[in-house]
Amino acid sequence: MKPLSLKISIMPSKPAKLKIIWLQGITCNGNTHSFLNDPSLGVLLDSVEFIYHPLLPCNLTLQQLVSKVPKSDILIFEGAYKGDFERAGSEMEELLIALASKTKHIISMGSCASFGGIFKEADPEHISGILFDKENERGPLKKMREKIITLSGCPVHPKWLSFVLDMIRFGKTIAVDEFRRPTELYAYLVHNGCLRNEYFEWKVDSEAFGTKEGCLFYDQGCQGPYTHGSCNKILWNEISSKTRAGTPCLGCTEPSFPKRELFATKTYMSIPAEMPLGIPKRSYLALAGAAKSFHIKRLEERLLK
Amino acid sequence: MARPTKEERKISIMTTALKLFSKEGFYQTTMPLIALNIGMSVGNLYNYFTSKEFLAKELIMYIANILGEEIRRINESLISTEEKIAAVVHMYFKIAQERPETIEYFLRVYLSNREVFRDGCEGMICVSPFVTEMMILFEEGVRIGDLRDQDFFSAFGLFMGYLGGMVFIHGEKILPKPLESYEASISENIYYALKTR
Repeated sequence: MKPLSLKISIMPSKPAKLKIIWLQGITCNGNTHSFLNDPSLGVLLDSVEFIYHPLLPCNLTLQQLVSKVPKSDILIFEGAYKGDFERAGSEMEELLIALASKTKHIISMGSCASFGGIFKEADPEHISGILFDKENERGPLKKMREKIITLSGCPVHPKWLSFVLDMIRFGKTIAVDEFRRPTELYAYLVHNGCLRNEYFEWKVDSEAFGTKEGCLFYDQGCQGPYTHGSCNKILWNEISSKTRAGTPCLGCTEPSFPKRELFATKTYMSIPAEMPLGIPKRSYLALAGAAKSFHIKRLEERLLK
Repeated sequence: MARPTKEERKISIMTTALKLFSKEGFYQTTMPLIALNIGMSVGNLYNYFTSKEFLAKELIMYIANILGEEIRRINESLISTEEKIAAVVHMYFKIAQERPETIEYFLRVYLSNREVFRDGCEGMICVSPFVTEMMILFEEGVRIGDLRDQDFFSAFGLFMGYLGGMVFIHGEKILPKPLESYEASISENIYYALKTR
């Protein structure tokens, strides 16, 4: 009997370059700028090919994109959706649906594309995300929900996008939550990994923005305990986050973004109107009351004297 | 007759100690005096409570639990904020009359001898079940628009200071009428002081 010949490959074969279309709805370009700040952008660009991107070199102009409506591996949509909003003379209700139906994966890039975001405030009735309108699933691409990955955030961290692109490129399954956000990125709260957690535990408030000490939850409106995102795990510019720098989390990854009075914590008789996610009110108040009874000198002093 | 369990014995000690502390004060009440009133040896008493201070802390937590449970029951009932306030006033005065040592202990021992409770009962730790329910009463009142939003302690001080004061002057036999006859007007005063304008 002829022995079996096994060919063992040490390195996995290099996947083909992903063909991407980056389409913009009503946007401030924030997610594009965030993407361009990815320190690994060069490596990423070696693995993808932009059929169209509003800023990067690409194969087609916007006019050609609109007239050809090419196939793609991934359609990235940045900005809020409004049916009669035009790009190169083509209304979104036609252009987006046409490009979406000819792609394998759709990435909803940023909070405006995901839930309506800031731009929805201007015309709440007609502006939405591509799959969700705030928390309601009634966007124009609801029939294609299974191929949509939501990357909410204002803006999206560039590493979150490169994570999703890599997962798609290597054919991996991406686990998602109820808003189709990858759980690998959004199962965490912004509160997780915050350097101020000890101040939160002992109820020591921050007195001003930009300081290293104190918790931003009580007086500065920090949404970290309610907000899903890995901002304090995958750091911004690889070094920091809002809460680390001394400004509160604004809850930008949630459908409720933007809330009113971004820098104030709503209270009823000094008690936070919203409890940290999943924490019963009695438990929170009992623990908070106990913690407030102590004065921890170390936490009331400046870190760097 | 079955011998009382250790827990039952402990409650019996606390009940006697509560009466002595609230009548004689913290410093006049000694462990031998408590043991004498229970009919147990001083040595045995220390098997249950390792010090007078420890016993005093257990007592305030015991009282806070009683009050907390009562207010929790009121908080969870389907009545208006105004009715809840009246129910808390009624409950407080009822306890003050039926078990006066409970409120007396709170006012005359816990609040008057803070040095005893400094270590282990810092801030509101030992009265947490009671204060937590008062927080919930106020927070829910503001949330549904019945009460005016303000600092918790401004409202708490007004509410409990008023009740404590009334019970105190009742204990001093200054009040010309029975304590319960003031319930309706006091409830109304508290509600009108706290309600939305």
